[in-house]
Parts: sequence; C-alpha cells; structure tokens
Amino acid sequence: MSPGTQYTPYHPKWYRRRMSVWWWLQNRSYVYFVLRELTSVFVGLCALLLLWHLRALVQGPEAHAHFLAQMRRPFFVGLNGVGLLFILFHTITWFNLTPKAMVVRLGGKRVPDWTIAGLNYVAWVLLSVAVAVVLLRG
Amino acid sequence: MRPITPFLWTLFGAGGTIAALLFPVHLVLSGLAFPLGALEAPSYDVLYGLVRHPVTRLYLLVVITLPLFHWAHRFRYTLYDVLQLKHLYRLIAVLCYSAALLGSAVAAYTVWRIP
Repeated sequence: MSPGTQYTPYHPKWYRRRMSVWWWLQNRSYVYFVLRELTSVFVGLCALLLLWHLRALVQGPEAHAHFLAQMRRPFFVGLNGVGLLFILFHTITWFNLTPKAMVVRLGGKRVPDWTIAGLNYVAWVLLSVAVAVVLLRG
Repeated sequence: MRPITPFLWTLFGAGGTIAALLFPVHLVLSGLAFPLGALEAPSYDVLYGLVRHPVTRLYLLVVITLPLFHWAHRFRYTLYDVLQLKHLYRLIAVLCYSAALLGSAVAAYTVWRIP
C-alpha cells in the first residue's frame, strides 16, 4: 500500500436493488407463499367471531339475536365465505407441513410423511363431526 | 425478543393446529349454514346451556386464545417479509402480541364471568 492512501471516514453505501411491495406477484410459488401467510388474518378473524358470538350469548337473548341478524347480512356471509376458503387453505397446508416439522421414529424407522399427514386428516374429520353433533343435538 | 422466541413459536404451532382442526367446522356451521338457513340453528337456551359447562368454557378459551397468538406470530412475519417493514421490527412485534394478549384477556374474562 502506498503511504499516500487516504481513507474516507464514511461507510460506503450498500448496493441494494429497490424491491416493490408487490414482489411476490412475479412468480406463482411466491403468490402461493403470500396467500398461505395471509391465512393468519382469517384465523384471527375467526377467533374474534367466536369471541363475539360468546359475548353475545353471555349478554342475553337480545344481544344474541342481534349477533345472528348481523351474520345474515351479505357482508358477513361474504366475509365468512372468503374466510372459509382461506381457513381450508390453512388447514391443508398445515397438515401437509406437519410431517416436515415433526419427524416421528418408530422402531428406528421414520414414520412416512403420508401417515402423519393422514392422521391429521383423520383427527380433523373426527373433531369436526364431534363439534357438529354437539351443536346440532344440543 | 430473542429469549422468548421458542415460546412464541410454540404458541404459533399450537394455535395453528387448533385452527386447522376446529375452525372449518365452526365457520361452516355458525358462519354459513346457520345464517343461510341450510341447517337449523340451535336455540339460545341450548347454546347457553352448552357454554355454561366447564368443559365448554375451557374449550372456548383454548380455541379463541391460541389461534390469536398464531395470528400474531405469522402476521408479524408477513408484515416484515411481504411489506418489507423490517425496520419497524420492535413496534410490529409489540403491536401484534399486544393485540393477541388483549383478545385473550377479553376471552378469559368473558369465560370466567359466565354466570
């Protein structure tokens, strides 16, 4: 190095390409990823829906009737319909990812992915039937 | 944030599983089938009787609170990655988990106060 080298006291600016907020529209697998991430919004909304229903029940018959009337409005029917699509997307992607996140070994052998995912689907059906029976039979 | 990340991730996982297993049936029945008249909705007295049972109270608490934390965790990372808001790291984390805590507190209070 020559003795005359001079250093600037400033850190050089990194080169970063500006990315649009819509970066994920470029590629189908990115769109899939973002839609899957957005399922959480509907999971949150569904939890709030249950909470709203519960509070209406506790407040009395009039409050509950008001809640039911709200649910019949096209806005909420539409929201629940779209929400159901996202929730189903969450359920399916979640079950299919479970074997990747949870490796189970039995007798030194890895339980195949489809078995673990399959057990999830079986549990899903059984629990759904149980909830429906309790709600419909009282 | 770092030391409690495994804990938050556990809540995310538990909430995701609960939501995956139970939200479709609740949404189909209470959100669509009952309001649209496809199935006869249970009466107020039947529902109220159900909700008073200790097992149902515990069930409702779990089914409301854990998915809220699932939302908080996942939505937080959606904001970071999709909207590129990494520079608001702390603010977003605090807002998301606080919202989930607030919702859970309301749920716990409601379940606790059922006569």
